[in-house]
Amino acid sequence: MKKLRRRCACLLVVGALALAACGGSGPSPEQESVLNRGNGVEPESLDVHRAASTEAHDVQRDIGEGLTGLTPQGELRAAAAERWEVSADGRQYTFWLRPDARWSNGELVTAEDFVFSYRRLVDPATAALYVKSVSDIENAAEIIAGDRPPSELGVIATDTHTLEIRLRHAVPYFLNLLTHPSMFPVHRGSLEEHADAHTRPGNLVGNGAYKLVDWQVGSVIELMRNEHYWDNANTAIDRVRHYVTSEPMSELSRYRAGELQVTRTIPPEAFAQMQAQRPAEVRVSAALSVYYYGLNMTVPVLSENPKLRQALSMAIDREVIAHDIVGRGEKPAYGWVPDGIAGYQGRRFPYASMPAEERLATAKQLYREAGFGANKPLRLELRYNTSDTHKRIALAAQSMWHELPGLEIALINEEFQVLVDNIRQREITQIFRLLWIGDYDDPHTFLSTLESDNPSNFTAYQSKIFDSLMQRAAESTDPVRRNVFLGEAESEMLADHPLIPLYFMVNKSMVSPQVEGWGDNVLNYHYSQHLSLSN
Amino acid sequence: MSLAPTLLPVRQQVRGSRLVWICASLLAFIAIASVAGPFLVDNDYRSTDFDNIFLPPTITGQHFFGTDDLGRDLFVRTLLGVRITLFVAVIASFVSLFIGVIYGAIAGYLGGKVDALMMRLVDAMYALPFIFFVILLMVVFERSLLLIFIAIGAINWLDMARIVRGQTLSLKQRSFVDAAKLIGVSSFGIVWRHITPNLLGLVIVYMTLTIPQAILVESFLSFLGLGVQEPQTSLGALVYGGTNHVQSATWLIVIPATVLAVILVCFNFLGDGLRELADPKSKT
Amino acid sequence: MRILGAIPTLLLVIAVAFLMVRAAPGGPFDSERALPPDVEQNIEKAYHLDEPLPAQFVRYLAGIAVGDFGPSFRYRDYTVSEIIRQAFPLSMRLGAMAMLLALIVGVSAGMAAALHKNSMLDRLISAVAMLGISVPIFVVAPLMVLVFAVSLDWLPASYAGSAGADRLIMPIIALALPQIAYIARLTRASMIEIMASDFVRTARAQGLRTASIIRYHAIKPAMLPLLSYMGPAIAAVLTGSIVVEQVFGIPGVGQFFISGALNRDYTLVLGITVFYAVIVIVLNLVVDLLYGFLDPRIRSR
Repeated sequence: MKKLRRRCACLLVVGALALAACGGSGPSPEQESVLNRGNGVEPESLDVHRAASTEAHDVQRDIGEGLTGLTPQGELRAAAAERWEVSADGRQYTFWLRPDARWSNGELVTAEDFVFSYRRLVDPATAALYVKSVSDIENAAEIIAGDRPPSELGVIATDTHTLEIRLRHAVPYFLNLLTHPSMFPVHRGSLEEHADAHTRPGNLVGNGAYKLVDWQVGSVIELMRNEHYWDNANTAIDRVRHYVTSEPMSELSRYRAGELQVTRTIPPEAFAQMQAQRPAEVRVSAALSVYYYGLNMTVPVLSENPKLRQALSMAIDREVIAHDIVGRGEKPAYGWVPDGIAGYQGRRFPYASMPAEERLATAKQLYREAGFGANKPLRLELRYNTSDTHKRIALAAQSMWHELPGLEIALINEEFQVLVDNIRQREITQIFRLLWIGDYDDPHTFLSTLESDNPSNFTAYQSKIFDSLMQRAAESTDPVRRNVFLGEAESEMLADHPLIPLYFMVNKSMVSPQVEGWGDNVLNYHYSQHLSLSN
Repeated sequence: MSLAPTLLPVRQQVRGSRLVWICASLLAFIAIASVAGPFLVDNDYRSTDFDNIFLPPTITGQHFFGTDDLGRDLFVRTLLGVRITLFVAVIASFVSLFIGVIYGAIAGYLGGKVDALMMRLVDAMYALPFIFFVILLMVVFERSLLLIFIAIGAINWLDMARIVRGQTLSLKQRSFVDAAKLIGVSSFGIVWRHITPNLLGLVIVYMTLTIPQAILVESFLSFLGLGVQEPQTSLGALVYGGTNHVQSATWLIVIPATVLAVILVCFNFLGDGLRELADPKSKT
Repeated sequence: MRILGAIPTLLLVIAVAFLMVRAAPGGPFDSERALPPDVEQNIEKAYHLDEPLPAQFVRYLAGIAVGDFGPSFRYRDYTVSEIIRQAFPLSMRLGAMAMLLALIVGVSAGMAAALHKNSMLDRLISAVAMLGISVPIFVVAPLMVLVFAVSLDWLPASYAGSAGADRLIMPIIALALPQIAYIARLTRASMIEIMASDFVRTARAQGLRTASIIRYHAIKPAMLPLLSYMGPAIAAVLTGSIVVEQVFGIPGVGQFFISGALNRDYTLVLGITVFYAVIVIVLNLVVDLLYGFLDPRIRSR
């Protein structure tokens, strides 16, 4: 510190800087263990019912908890509920809450709290962005649409610590949905007292392992151990700071300068260097997400030419994109549902294992058969949003597609909000880049986005066969049979080529050797309460 | 008023003019090279080559300046960047010149209340956070070179209008304007045919000073990802792209940054020198 | 009078900015995950986005009149006023310190160069100033982080939420560098002119020492061009701070503006634009007053 002061003084030759008052922040008490995490962009809200981003959810998982939770390895565990029972038809759940579960102000967490929270989530007045987790509960859709009052939601507190939830139909992954922050309880008293300001430090009352002590928008969210948490004895880290790190390169610099112990990501430009210099700190694991190019199926030239769509897909050398462009362990994607979902084997294109030359030759042949060639040129536009990685992938794809004679691909770089708007309008968009991140550990989170009436079906893919397979999967209570239907649906969709999956993404973080208890899991959830720091 | 004050005292005019010559020739050389260069090598600016990414610069090899993260030839891309950067800067300066000269000349010629009102408006415009509007403009519309010209040009015309107005005020006292009035030339005719041509020298000098500013604004837009569309590029975009590889592939930043700096330095010296020669008394 | 005259300017700023943000394609709640139509309706209602545009504009103006910039769309737990209240002091501190540093260093260097015209020192200062103008901040700032934070470990790499002085040193210097260069060049030019002027020659003929000539006669008039430069300088510092804030992770106004513009946070973008217009108008007023103080000819007018 003294040395630093002297260096400070040297730099402070100029009187101007003296105004900044070379104070610095005092060192934290010796015994306290502090974790500094890079958390990406600023969370848009700490209100569990208003947030929709991964960044917000990651902070919320530290300050609240749902009925169920996940282990560091991504397995389901009991959380606010101690145990539960499911009825034979899979539509009725009964949860017994922990009698010792408490809010950060010491009050008991009751079944009534959950009822209040779930009703608030579906109340149109709340204007919640993320309602997927609740939408299978009885009457949820009608309440969101404003056709029924929130009090008719299929959630009942039978006594202080017993909660019953009725579903519209069996949902095999329902217990996983409950781990999502939108299904965390909110504290009624604090909400009623502070209204919109209920998420501020001092006002926010949570039921998680940590409580909010400071929030500087755009900079840092600071949490401290919640003494009232039922499992406080097993919480190792006393203080957690979630820093805003919107620039991955800057985040890495901060990590390398020792200011962060965990980063949100590793920029591709620096990945090789980190792998060479600090291999033990580079943590890469398969993620539940896929990077793809969608084809707008309302554009005649695309929708009327299945062979053209397949040729476009086959002309892409996914190995080059996965290994040379992103190169952080991403897997080339020849299907839609990533590996790593228990009990489900993702379906793949038949040409997945074809050698590159042969695949390109087949692509050229299909392209010719579709009626295009040097004498009948085709111009298509590929839209992507501003980002170095998207740009590099688009440039690579462009030069791969230029192998098809007469095909001219124009790159159009848009800003994200414009891209999404254009995709939804379905008027000028032809080929577009997007990614899909799974919400829960089940193939349904991927496949449902291609159902004809799903709002996230950006390609406008319409297939009766696909829809009916999905319907049959939804109706089957036997998980094995269900997965068979889902698999057939995936094969059917892949054969139609409404989209071109490029690669399955990976979770990638720098994790300091000090940090213990870090587990890799597909959802990339890393509860601070499971981590500890060594010296 | 201008942002770049003179570096050259009066007595150094001779040396100054030599510097002007050096800078002008250097700029001319860079401009010609950027147009002719691509014909001398058989690489093009957008072909990717994944077997040859991050090749360092060589004198003998195929890639003089090495290759980037997609295996594209940096030599050709730098030349393209120079072309686009100069193009954007010159056209954007023309835009600001066009607006500024017309506005300033009209205000100066008409004088009186109109002048006061028009200049008050200019004062008011100085209060606009222009860079915010440029960002909004780039966000609202699809990216295009045209838009970049307008956006950058819109920032710089205020200075131009003020300078031109001042000059017009003094020009209109001159006898040839009275003569034109006597023979019945309309106000617009006088401004267009008699005043603006006389402003030309001054205006060209100030243009050499607005060009470097336009270059910097363009590179700032590239930093925000709002610049020209890939696979096209500009020097600003190349430099910003290079900052990501500063530790692993230094040439990706050093080469374009050097070219950018040389161009900016030359324009600054050129502008200073020309102003000095055109109007040795004007200092501010 | 002038303050009243600023009101039409402000209205113009608000109207243009309002139209531009609303003309931008895409809305604040578009994302990779499409919202169910019912959910979308609920949200638009909550933020009054379902009303016709003129009604929204009137609502917005009425809010501003009582100092309410409305809720932020992107930072849903905060109002725009709260965000500006938090971000602006930081940006102002950063900008003011950078300007102060630039003035002190720039004026000293410019004076030194002017008084030793054509010496090695002069050429060195001119050359460094030229470089300062020619290298963009977004190159200098990350390089500074790599050298002083990652390699040498002298200074912190980022602002990181605590306002210790050491965390602002690099951002201030990075922001000040191009300004130092401009100011040094301006000062040098204007100082040389003053020193060659008749009244300085007269003073010299009267036997006054150089030091007192500078102090009593030369400094004030030499500073005039600097004052005219302050307007553009404010704009330049604003632009520069967007870069510096991004590189060092400083939650200042520039950062919020960029994220607001990209996320279609209509109210935040508008609020910052209007707020800045007010600041610039006030600063220009201050500069005018200072001008009158330094230049007696204007005061008498």
